[in-house]
Amino acid sequence: MIRDRKLWLILAVLVSAHLMVLLAHFFAPYDFASQERAIPFAPPSRLHFVDPQGHFHMRPFVYLWEPRPGTETLGAYVEDHSQAFPLRFFVRGVRYKIAGIFDSSWHLFGVEEPARIYLAGSDDYGRDQFSRLLYGGQISLFSGLMAAGVSLALGLVLGAFAGFYGGLVDDVVMRCAELFLALPWLYLLFAVRAFLPLHIPPTQAFLMLVLVIGMVGWARPARLIRGVLLSAKERNYVLAARGFGASDFYLLRRHVLPEAYGLLLTQAALLAPQYILAEVTLSFLGLGVGEPVPSWGNMLASLQKYYVLTSYWWMFVPGLALVSVFLLYYQLCKVLQEQVKLVRF
Amino acid sequence: MYASESRKASETKSDRPNFKTAIAIAMFAIIAAGLPRVSAAQGPQPLHAGEEVLVTSGEPGRFGGKLVASLRSEPKTLNPITATDISSLQVIGLMAADLIHINRYTQRTEPALAKSWKVSRDGKIYTLQLRRGLRFSDGSPFNADDVLFSFQVFLDPKVHSAQLDLLTVGGKPITVRKIDDYQVRFDLAEADAAAERLFDSVAVVPRHFLQGSYQNGKIAETWGLATSPQQIAGLGPFRIQEYVPGQRITLERNPYYWKADRQYRRLPYFDEITFLFVPSEDAEVIRFQAGDVDVISRLSAENFSALNNYQRARGYNLFDLGPGLQYEFLFFNLNDIPSKQTEEMAHKQEWFRQVNFRQAISAAIDREGIVRLVYQGRAAPLWDQVTPGNKLWFNSAVPRPPRSLEKARELLRRAGFSWKSDGALADSRGHTVEFTIVAGAGNAQRAKIATIIQDDLSQLGMRVQIVPLEFGALMNRAFETYDYEACVLGLLGSDADPNPERNVWLLDGGMHLWKLHRTTPPTPWEAEIDRLMRQQLTTLNYEARKRLYDRVQQLVAENLPLICLVSPHVLVGAKTSLGNFRPAKLNDYTLWNAEELFFRQEESGKTR
Repeated sequence: MIRDRKLWLILAVLVSAHLMVLLAHFFAPYDFASQERAIPFAPPSRLHFVDPQGHFHMRPFVYLWEPRPGTETLGAYVEDHSQAFPLRFFVRGVRYKIAGIFDSSWHLFGVEEPARIYLAGSDDYGRDQFSRLLYGGQISLFSGLMAAGVSLALGLVLGAFAGFYGGLVDDVVMRCAELFLALPWLYLLFAVRAFLPLHIPPTQAFLMLVLVIGMVGWARPARLIRGVLLSAKERNYVLAARGFGASDFYLLRRHVLPEAYGLLLTQAALLAPQYILAEVTLSFLGLGVGEPVPSWGNMLASLQKYYVLTSYWWMFVPGLALVSVFLLYYQLCKVLQEQVKLVRF
Repeated sequence: MYASESRKASETKSDRPNFKTAIAIAMFAIIAAGLPRVSAAQGPQPLHAGEEVLVTSGEPGRFGGKLVASLRSEPKTLNPITATDISSLQVIGLMAADLIHINRYTQRTEPALAKSWKVSRDGKIYTLQLRRGLRFSDGSPFNADDVLFSFQVFLDPKVHSAQLDLLTVGGKPITVRKIDDYQVRFDLAEADAAAERLFDSVAVVPRHFLQGSYQNGKIAETWGLATSPQQIAGLGPFRIQEYVPGQRITLERNPYYWKADRQYRRLPYFDEITFLFVPSEDAEVIRFQAGDVDVISRLSAENFSALNNYQRARGYNLFDLGPGLQYEFLFFNLNDIPSKQTEEMAHKQEWFRQVNFRQAISAAIDREGIVRLVYQGRAAPLWDQVTPGNKLWFNSAVPRPPRSLEKARELLRRAGFSWKSDGALADSRGHTVEFTIVAGAGNAQRAKIATIIQDDLSQLGMRVQIVPLEFGALMNRAFETYDYEACVLGLLGSDADPNPERNVWLLDGGMHLWKLHRTTPPTPWEAEIDRLMRQQLTTLNYEARKRLYDRVQQLVAENLPLICLVSPHVLVGAKTSLGNFRPAKLNDYTLWNAEELFFRQEESGKTR
């Protein structure tokens, strides 16, 4: 049905980004919390192919960062050319467990100690920004995705009830929805967050973010789904099926809801980035997961400081990642919308 | 250029006084022998015969100009008796004067309103000679009655002045007696090693303005920010001109100020000092960098580095004065919490109370790492409460062991802790060692210190969480509810002397942070610190006092009620053209000699 090459391309990129983030343990060369206190604010490692003698190497290599002599500013480093550390693939590193079962210490790439390969530089504690970006994506991307799931599920159920049954149910649900729409969501999130205990472990914080963001945003999809259902339930084939004695549940499942699937897909693609942004905002303001667990929001939070903002460009990397994810999602949205139109008419 | 501008400003202001103030002025005219409030724009009054001015030693400067500084919060009051917040104190510091002053630069006492003083042999009687011929900033004369009145107010327990504690020596308030119009006698219940320093920051206030409100019991409410400038007078180099809520407070020259430069010209040099209210340090830095603000103090190391890159191009100098008096530390909640406490807190406190546990934590903390990562090297590692910036009282004999995880593990083993198979630390009853550190959310440095400690302690198998808390909430937990486990905090000594530190170390001190609430008898070392602190208070000989305070530092470093971490450097900046700028390690770092500051060349075309 969907043959658009563009759609598959976007989906492939998005899925692989999510997979990479999910398997951060393998793709990230270092643990997100490991501090290398000698090199805070180190710029991204440079991959060299040509050594100081002018010889070309097939295998890229990195040098150690050393503080630039005579400067006190952090982030002023020079490369120590005395020893090269070649980049290696499939190396042994920190042990990790994925999902509590898959125990391993293989990492996609790495360099020998004491050198470090920091593809996106290091932060103020000398932690690898690239590794933190991947681990942070686990929180940011998936909380957005899962919150969108929660929101859509709620919206689907409530919208379906309201649209299908009408009457009092419709009134109650829709008035609630209007109430939720009228509330400024960011402040509502603050208020909800303020009710929860001050310190919560990272997994709980993650679930809390998902639930809070998801529960706040159900109103818009619910309204849309209700609209679709209102028209769908009056279609002749639905009336015919009802005439044959089909139950409400059967009608909803077989005839009415399929009308809303296209809409759901578009909504999902639209809501996911919005919720990713919600998580980033909360974490940026210090209300999401706490140190040392990264999320793109709390990584970006260091940019609140003037000197970071003006001195270390690689601290913007989570922002770049965020922008690209957004663009992908919106492209997906656009393509999906076109596809849905094609399917409809 | 700005002379004409400020004249215009003062004209519009002098148009404003209503009939009431006209009467008030007429009344003072009688008292002040025909001297109405002189407009500051007319420049300083010439020195007159019989006026015992203090001649300063600074470079003679150029009169005129305005200085712009900034405050991170608005002052809450202009009342020197009740002010406690840092912004109010900074502004009041320029508007008021004391009898004997601590020179912020030399850290020694020097004559101020008292030109000289005699001490009785037993150190209990101080006789102060006041300067003659001085006038308050409204033109009314100053004499011993004002001193008597000021001390009466400061010593009145009903007034709740912040200085009352300090002015209580040996459990009794100092008594003040007038010998004649220019001689005052102070009697102390017992000898006080730092008695001269007590006079610092006890502002002499004009009796004729405040007596009425004092008698009505309203002294605490007077001299708020809404008070008309004509109703406020002091002996400081500047007086209030205008307060614009949310924007700025402007001070103008006190035309009667009692200091003169080497050429016998009455100070201060500046016509005006304006404090802009800026919401954050970053905003302050940006305005300083843009040249809107002339001086900046309390810079963080990061912003210092950020500004450092443009030092030459933008025409300002930055100063790293080395470690100041501030010390940052980690402490555990050792309060005797009443029965309501949870079981969890009870066994956590069992760990915290063990000296070995605290020593292990101290040994595991990477102080050098904190210095490098949080302060970019602009801080000194600390093992006790006296910073290397405090030359007179620093004890170099206190052991300063480098970070050692082996030693920390050994100490923990000795205290009965062991490690589980997954590396987590557990006590003898199998409880996993897990606690939270609260840190002020507004203070980026402390939050970072906590993150580093978290990582350090995770290497010992301790699970530490960090909770950033808004400062007010944190204070409430530390001082009222005792609802915290560990906390990163800093204290800033107001003076290099050990005496102001009293309230931290005495058993009943208001800042006895780790154990404010006590139902059990103090531990032997706590009792010893208390005894030593009381003893040094009445010991007049410096060497003997130093020995006592050295021992206090030893005890603190051994028993670690506060695990001292670092002392940040004092970092300030000022326009290159600012003359006589001598930043000090004591608060107020930059404007302590505001009367001597001046701009070297005319900065033409500057409108603010």
